[in-house]
Amino acid sequence: MMFKLILWGLSWLFRVARWRYPSFRERLAERNIVVQIRTEDGSAGRYLEFVDGRVRSGAGLHPDPRVSLVFKTAAVGARLLMPPIDQLEQIDALKNFLVRLEGPDEDALWFAQTVMAALSAGWKFGRSMGDGTTRFCTMTNGGPLFVYVKDGKIRRTTPVAFDKDDADTWTIHARGKAFTPPRKGMLSPHAMNWKAMLNAPNRVMYPMKRVDFDPNGERNIQNRGVSGYERINWDEALDIVSGEIKRMKREHGTGAIAHSNGSHHNWGNIGYYLSAKLRFMNAIGTTEVHHNPDSWEGWYWGALHHWGGSLRVGGGEPFGAIEDCLENAEMIVFWSSNPEATSGVYGGQEGTIRRGWLRDIDIEIVHIDPYYNDTAQFLGGKWLSPRPTTSPALALAIAHVWITEDLYDKEYVATRTKGFLAWRDYILGVEDGVAKTPEWQEAETGVPAKDVRALARKWGTKRTYLAAGSMGNAFGGAARNATGTQWTRTIVCLMGMQGLGKPGINVGNLQLGVPLDFSFYFPGYAEGGISGDLNNTALAGALYQRMPQLPTMNPSTQKIPRLRLPDAIIDGKAEGFLWDALSMEGQFTKIQYPKQGHSPVHMLYRYGTAILGTLSDSNRFVEMYHSPNLEFVVNQSIWNEGDARFADVILPACTSLERYDIGEWANAGGYGAHFHSQINNRIITFQAKCVEPLGESKSDYEIFSLLACRLGLGAYYTEGMRDIDWVKRMFDASDLPQHISWKKFVERGYFVVPPEAPELRAPTAYRWFAEGEKKNVPEAMPLPGDYTEQFLEGLQTQSGLFEFESSSLKRFAPDDPERPPIPKYTPAWESSDTAGLEAYPLRLMTPHSRYSFHSHGDGKDSFLNDIPDHRMLVDGHYYWVVRLNPEDAAARGISTGDLIKVFNDRGAVLCAALITERLRPGVAQGYESSAEYDPMGEPGRSVDRGGCLNLLSPRRSQVKNSHSMANGTAMVEIAPWDGVVEYERREPVSAGGAA
Amino acid sequence: MSQAKWNLIVDVANCTNCNLCALAVQDEHVENSLPGYAAEMPKHGHRWIDIQRRERGQAPMLDVAYLPTMCQHCDDAPCMAAAEDGAITKRPDGIVLIDPDKAKGQKQLVEACPYGAIWWNEELDLPQHWFFDAHLLDAGWKEPRCVDVCPTGALRSVKLDDDVMEKLAQKEELEPLRPELATKPRVHYKNLWRYARCFIGGTVSEERDGVTECVEGAEVRLLRAGETVADTVTDGFGDFRFDRLDPDSGTYTVEVTAAGGTGRREETLGESVNLGEVRLGT
Repeated sequence: MMFKLILWGLSWLFRVARWRYPSFRERLAERNIVVQIRTEDGSAGRYLEFVDGRVRSGAGLHPDPRVSLVFKTAAVGARLLMPPIDQLEQIDALKNFLVRLEGPDEDALWFAQTVMAALSAGWKFGRSMGDGTTRFCTMTNGGPLFVYVKDGKIRRTTPVAFDKDDADTWTIHARGKAFTPPRKGMLSPHAMNWKAMLNAPNRVMYPMKRVDFDPNGERNIQNRGVSGYERINWDEALDIVSGEIKRMKREHGTGAIAHSNGSHHNWGNIGYYLSAKLRFMNAIGTTEVHHNPDSWEGWYWGALHHWGGSLRVGGGEPFGAIEDCLENAEMIVFWSSNPEATSGVYGGQEGTIRRGWLRDIDIEIVHIDPYYNDTAQFLGGKWLSPRPTTSPALALAIAHVWITEDLYDKEYVATRTKGFLAWRDYILGVEDGVAKTPEWQEAETGVPAKDVRALARKWGTKRTYLAAGSMGNAFGGAARNATGTQWTRTIVCLMGMQGLGKPGINVGNLQLGVPLDFSFYFPGYAEGGISGDLNNTALAGALYQRMPQLPTMNPSTQKIPRLRLPDAIIDGKAEGFLWDALSMEGQFTKIQYPKQGHSPVHMLYRYGTAILGTLSDSNRFVEMYHSPNLEFVVNQSIWNEGDARFADVILPACTSLERYDIGEWANAGGYGAHFHSQINNRIITFQAKCVEPLGESKSDYEIFSLLACRLGLGAYYTEGMRDIDWVKRMFDASDLPQHISWKKFVERGYFVVPPEAPELRAPTAYRWFAEGEKKNVPEAMPLPGDYTEQFLEGLQTQSGLFEFESSSLKRFAPDDPERPPIPKYTPAWESSDTAGLEAYPLRLMTPHSRYSFHSHGDGKDSFLNDIPDHRMLVDGHYYWVVRLNPEDAAARGISTGDLIKVFNDRGAVLCAALITERLRPGVAQGYESSAEYDPMGEPGRSVDRGGCLNLLSPRRSQVKNSHSMANGTAMVEIAPWDGVVEYERREPVSAGGAA
Repeated sequence: MSQAKWNLIVDVANCTNCNLCALAVQDEHVENSLPGYAAEMPKHGHRWIDIQRRERGQAPMLDVAYLPTMCQHCDDAPCMAAAEDGAITKRPDGIVLIDPDKAKGQKQLVEACPYGAIWWNEELDLPQHWFFDAHLLDAGWKEPRCVDVCPTGALRSVKLDDDVMEKLAQKEELEPLRPELATKPRVHYKNLWRYARCFIGGTVSEERDGVTECVEGAEVRLLRAGETVADTVTDGFGDFRFDRLDPDSGTYTVEVTAAGGTGRREETLGESVNLGEVRLGT
């Protein structure tokens, strides 16, 4: 009885929604079908007839329904359909075969989503500004935006400024001063570029097919990147892609389809690669292109082994570091730390505010970086300029001064650390006969010995913060070059000598550790969104319990180390090591491709951002695309740039401003726990569909849904949801409903989480450790089973102590000369001292870009082109900028604005020169990741004028037993442009294999 | 009678060259035509707010400063004098406005601005400039877009009576750009010396126990024509720096006195100079 009543009510839901909402009327008119809802035995049921936009309903069974929703019994049906809908019960019912959907996927999905649309037809998004303008909100990789839309067009975008209804912010009291951040989100440059990015001339507006690609005939693989594209319709595109997916599985078997994405996409927990994309890729069964811990390389494969932190990719604890630094530190040493360029990561210019406070207190500032970076420019201070890749030698020399002059914390070393004597003996030269003196390091680094001695004496006598990498305790800079593991290892050992965790003695650059309320639950992107993937995301941690969803599991366990993808395709085999953050030992697991019994990869599903410019030795990727082993390449892309131009079929995705999503600023979840502690105020946004998708572009979620329908997976993939329905589910799953209604949230567009009460702020990082107490910072890491003695006692290391001599490395490979148990200095395998590289005397450093976020924001004819420090306009083309010292420039006859060829055996890039004193002679600098790859002739064999400097960087791993990029530095020569377009690519002497 | 007028205060010491101001101008004005205020800005090639870079010194003693430049909204604006048909007007609130209709074809206005802040829109045959986002201020906004996005307070807008502004300028040591032009700009610069003036710096060292050491606390005097211009002591790295000198201001002598000996250098100052290592001798 109840079942019948509810079904009758359902028919009225449609009628009422139709009567009230024109948008729903439009939706109803999309299809003429009959939907039957019934029990398994047919004893109860009601059918709905959708005819020309009207709904008719009748009791009983229809003779010819198009779609049937079948419940095992009437009781089950009544329970599942009775409002309020319990998501866990629904999922449970699906998993236990209590309910099923029959009929063609597209129709079944249409019906399910129409039900959702009826329930949500009254939702109003955005705030009307009274002049015909609506203010929406969105989140970007560089901060939240208000988006003002009028007549379907974006009028302007502005930072999110709080109003009287928003939470107040916090104040830190230090040294008699009060520090309070503004109640506004401070953006990265690339965040103020969306109007240009959205309307970019290279937006992919329609599905495209390479003109000479015929899935049923000649594929002309050799013409990838050369021949042009023709417009096809969505049906054709979806048929080709779904057809190839089926063919791969039919002809080659499990593992034949690989999927690959960049490390960042448009922001949002639903449409993200760890969400919508992973759900789809698990559903079809794919080979994972396994990411290296990019930008954390040295930390994960290096420092980790001395202080743990595997779940932080080798980085340190972030908590309390703002307050402690401002109150207690007497000196701060920025070492390869340029947060002003990278915004930490995702952090806008929120940290800039706090670093600015350093100028208001009495603190000495030192910068160690080959480049006089943006942070040094902002803060001033002493600049030491080591040659790229030599910083570990400088670190060892500092330790030498401390040991010989008795300037370290012997009590701490005795009680809180292990293995110091072995390292001490190495530094003093007992082990190898070479004392690592300041004079010894001078020959390597070029930094005067006297300066190193002076620094070491200050550091040994002042409470000092080590600001390492762009996050202060990890990320970017020297961690990305050939000696990256050595650098992170040596510098954290310096902190082990000085008493890590004592007041004013810690790691941080005021980027992480804002006193926020970390108990307020809102998931970060690595919590897996809608992925259903409990193995490869942090979904199991908390979100899965709060947002039940159908689990997805990938039937293929084959993996390819991302940096070895070209080897895997071209040579058919590849090796590497896992990035498995759960334990320190996770990284010792070897990946072998192909995996026993699996098919080699023959199809590549590329999705997200252009990554050609971000991966080392990019020409190998160009070569890969021309391999006959790669039978099909599809690229689901917003812009036609970079690797999209090597695809056989391009599927036009829309941006996050053209679809619905939800996300918190800088909250990356498991990938980077507490990344949002970079942000002055936690801001969670309802990411509105500000404008309709351009051309025929569609959201990633919709594209995957449509493909899923063609594979019979429509209901499984979508659970009957539209993207907005998933957004609502995530809202409900979070702590937001305790503070703001859905209606208000989608109208305002954002919510500011109130700051933590001063007395409840998280304790300072590592203070517990320094004081020999139990761990008291709010992080659920390491895993409970990874403590050695009592739970919460000690670090993740085997001894629980800070280990100068690493137990984990000693257990794994004690004789590994590249990564011995104690940190040592071995000159980079590609440097000015490498025999055979004499023709390439300049050390080109390629740090993270300042104005774009990797390839995000670059190219696309965007506003960034007009920033002369990003690209320079020469003869009508915007060239990537490479900086060099006046001495090197003069020797080569180069002036600012000249076109220069930057080259080595791996390739050549045409850039614009910027002459600067910010580099020592012998060093050049250019950012790492252009969106454009624009070969002037044959791809892979001609000069690129897109600015892809990774064409020149080595693909060799930092250390053999890892899967790490060492592309932060490459040896190159620079010459005035000679107009010679073609070149012969050679394997450089330093390549050392692909290990 | 007093009348509050708009002023922009630019703090050179706070500009990090992030370019958000310039990007916000593009966001506001590209593809947005504002009748009565301005025609739309071309997507590329115009920098209504531009940023000049100045490196002072040589590695490893270096200073880099950025100078945001834009229409200075001069009270005695040369562009107004050069405009025909009243194409440029001064609003009562101090904002200089180029009329997008009347100014059509008046390319001479580009040359008329001594600050290079008027840009020529080739397609529309029109001179254009940063007009303080007057359209937003008129609609009730509290500040122009560039100020709204600036994370460091390098840009600050204030609406004040001229006499109040003058006092503020004195208090904060604000200066006009190129005062010799006497155009009475409404854009005021703080810490302009970071861009416009020079330093002489160096580092003092000595031989001690067979190794070279930085000399902390050495007394350093700067002399010109026999007169002491300034004095300082070296820091822990042995570094000293005499800043805020005028470029091309003659020959200077640097004298170093420390327990371990003395040192002396002469330098004819053009632009900022890092003298490098001054080794103490006796």
